[in-house]
Amino acid sequence: MIVVVTALAFDFTNGFHDTANAMATSIATKALRPKVAVLLSAVLNVVGAFLSLAVAATIAKGIVEQDAVTMSVVFAGLCGGIIWNLVTWYFGLPSSSSHAIIGGLIGSVLVAAGTSGVIWSGVISKVIIPALIAPFAAGVIAMVGTWLVYRITRSVGAKETSQEFRWGQIGSASLVSLAHGTNDAQKTMGIILLALIAGGELPADAGVPVWVIIGCALAIGLGTYIGGWRVIRTLGKGLVDIQPPQGLAAETSSAAVILISSHFGYPLSTTHVASGSILGSGVGRRTPVRWSVARRMAVAWLITLPAAAAVGAAAEGIQHLIDGALGTIIVLALLVAASGALVIRSRRESVDHNNVNDEWAEPERAAQPVPTA
Amino acid sequence: MDKYIDVAALSKVLVISLVLGAGIPAIFALGVRSLAPSEGGSRTLHVTGAVICFGICVAAVVAGVLRLALGGK
Repeated sequence: MIVVVTALAFDFTNGFHDTANAMATSIATKALRPKVAVLLSAVLNVVGAFLSLAVAATIAKGIVEQDAVTMSVVFAGLCGGIIWNLVTWYFGLPSSSSHAIIGGLIGSVLVAAGTSGVIWSGVISKVIIPALIAPFAAGVIAMVGTWLVYRITRSVGAKETSQEFRWGQIGSASLVSLAHGTNDAQKTMGIILLALIAGGELPADAGVPVWVIIGCALAIGLGTYIGGWRVIRTLGKGLVDIQPPQGLAAETSSAAVILISSHFGYPLSTTHVASGSILGSGVGRRTPVRWSVARRMAVAWLITLPAAAAVGAAAEGIQHLIDGALGTIIVLALLVAASGALVIRSRRESVDHNNVNDEWAEPERAAQPVPTA
Repeated sequence: MDKYIDVAALSKVLVISLVLGAGIPAIFALGVRSLAPSEGGSRTLHVTGAVICFGICVAAVVAGVLRLALGGK
């Protein structure tokens, strides 16, 4: 029961964190008003979660040995994922929710079952390699797309074309939202399924129960609607200044890379793809790119897996030291306390739909390296 | 290394993504250009051209979503 609620909470932070992937550029170019954008994205995430069930158990099956998975392992892994999502959200960093949950799972399995519990070849081929390639591929595609778009419309004034490109952006951003729903909601479904099987609630060959699908769809939709404004701001305003044609090219590139690679069985981070696309579109238009922001993001990507793994390992360690329900309750209390503290601190410099598009001023303080959890 | 990287599948992903991801915005841009009032020539011709371009984009998106919904993982 606690595991299922925690998994839904993770799904919520996932939607919350990843609204930016689809909607940051549309909000930045004012193609959509911020509130409308998150609502549209939320609805499409829910639809996407229902569309396809194929991805559901990929993560659970390819990354860790199923025998090593128990309720407490899943719970500890989820704690790692949630904490890392909230920390990166606090710093406005678009980091991969998928890596956070995978990292959390790896960490807790390492503590519970040792190194043999992790399928390392699966980790490398399904997580590390795609993570290295995807942002660059998306960046190059967005660069070519942006260059083509500007080349083709060169003879026409920007004023006449902006409106059409904004309409196109709504379409391409919707596609990214839909793709996100089909990918990321699935990951949580797979994890809940795994927990239910580990807990003996369901037979090992069971499919995803309908209530799990509905729960995950709603959790990710709600998270998306609440909106991780901090991350949206970084992606939409922090990296490059985005014009409508550029936004269209970046989003189409993201959607193409996500949909096609998951079709070929490469699970990858929508966050990495979207960030790479936006960067690439900036290069393609020959506008200045704030490489310092990009560098900070890249650092966050590199430490996402180990950091979430550390939190997951700690959570599993506590449950090992203190057996039974008490250990789980202590971890839960720590999780709630840490999340609450981050949310309260974020109030101090809140970013919401009112100031998400304000001019980007590079703060001195934020130039420091990203602290770990 | 082959255990970790399936070069054939990967290059397929890259090429198809490049064609669709950069091609669709380009076709959209062609549509936008033919709609633009500043160019000469017959108005109907321009509008038809734009409709065809936008049509291709919409069709590509619908095909992608259908493919997804109908099970291609």
